[in-house]
Amino acid sequence: MESISRLKHTPLHALHLSLGARMVPFAGYEMPVQYPEGVLKEHLHTRAAAGLFDVSHMGQIAIRPRSGRVADAALALERLVPVDVLGLAEGRQRYALFTNDEGGILDDLMIANRGDHLFLIVNAACKAADFEHLQRGLGDSCLVTMLNDRALVALQGPRAEAVLGELWADIASMRFMDVAEADLHDVACIISRSGYTGEDGFEISIPVASAVDVTQRLLEHPDVLPVGLGARDSLRLEAGLCLYGNDIDTGTTPVEAALEWAIQKSRRAGGKRAGGFPGADRILAELANGTSRRRVGLKPDGRAPVRGGAKLFADADGTVAAGSVTSGGFGPSVDGPIAMGYVDAAYAGNGTKLFAEVRGKYLPVTVSALPFVKQTYKR
Amino acid sequence: MLKFTEEHEWLKIDGGVATIGITEHAAGQLGDLVFVELPEVGATFSKGDSAATVESVKAASDVYCPLDGEIVEVNQAVVDDPALVNSDPQGKAWFFKLKLADPGSADALLDEAAYKELVS
Repeated sequence: MESISRLKHTPLHALHLSLGARMVPFAGYEMPVQYPEGVLKEHLHTRAAAGLFDVSHMGQIAIRPRSGRVADAALALERLVPVDVLGLAEGRQRYALFTNDEGGILDDLMIANRGDHLFLIVNAACKAADFEHLQRGLGDSCLVTMLNDRALVALQGPRAEAVLGELWADIASMRFMDVAEADLHDVACIISRSGYTGEDGFEISIPVASAVDVTQRLLEHPDVLPVGLGARDSLRLEAGLCLYGNDIDTGTTPVEAALEWAIQKSRRAGGKRAGGFPGADRILAELANGTSRRRVGLKPDGRAPVRGGAKLFADADGTVAAGSVTSGGFGPSVDGPIAMGYVDAAYAGNGTKLFAEVRGKYLPVTVSALPFVKQTYKR
Repeated sequence: MLKFTEEHEWLKIDGGVATIGITEHAAGQLGDLVFVELPEVGATFSKGDSAATVESVKAASDVYCPLDGEIVEVNQAVVDDPALVNSDPQGKAWFFKLKLADPGSADALLDEAAYKELVS
């Protein structure tokens, strides 16, 4: 258990307390797990209207090419990610993975092309290591800066566009994964049309000095409810999105994690810039030949949630091991238990019946397509 | 007679049988409950055994048997509607009735005033 006194605070900490949030330790920060409305209502409100999340604990990193040419920074960063960064147009963002020499995943992140520099969002628990990894990996070609002077909030849900549209008319012209700069309440913000809930929505990077003011004003909108980490987890699980440290880590490869969609053609065998990233030998071989295990969605047949860590078996007696659950809980929008985990390739087909060990019983679960809810991204 | 445990169960004792649930304080701490698993009628438990499980969106928690005894009735209503535990924890959302092995053993549990002090 992390000592509460050593936990870091985001710029919105006092605001969370004033809203009646229950705070918990998370990735070295004291963060709101839920507000008085509770996880269920926060989750359902996000799917029906708009939820506001503090994600300021995540790392915001700028990579500036010393040459002044953003293409040089893109090519340098491609040495660390199996992703097409060079092909990322100005004003666009892309999901990426830092890999290690064994093909494992060091972190997952977002990369935006901001015209003269690259702008990265990385996970809180990994941000110090990511920063060092970037400095080491990019060498002298780029200046890497951790942007500690910015907060980050996510506004997610079907009403998010209308809420922000009242402040900046051009928001409606943004498509999924666009990144733009705009003034919200006279504060220069960086806005991306993205998020981690499966809903249409935005992530808004705000200078620390104005973070409370802008967030408070967004919360004044009748469609907006503050949402904590509890609902953030159930929302992303319903959306079939991986949580770093649970569903992906240094022991899982992008192909095992069913994240090969994040590896564009240009970086694959036969592509213009094939390989050249850590673990390329293994990852390219897995793209060609498949893997012995895969991440899949799992739907328990009954009402009992099956949590992360539960073992999976092919038979109801628990004698034939099939894999394990990495994330599981209750999906409020699905109105039932949902989970994801890794299973041997033989059991990865949708509709496969497996059994999860829960409190000494073997509960039937069915391998199911991800996501569990329809994504509503505005492509 | 109403009694409480430090593990946040309440007991309403009538003759040699205790009706048992979780306290309002515990229900509030757990948050929105989405699943309740109850013991089987006829099962016997010792004090401190896990007799039931409650699950919120986020996590599973044990409900401990507060005294030695045998389950004589369970409340299907909380299985059918776990949210009842949040809305009426110390009323309609009782979990099970326990025939006490030693009715005198309840004397050692907390009374309402002592429990209130514990959670204040």
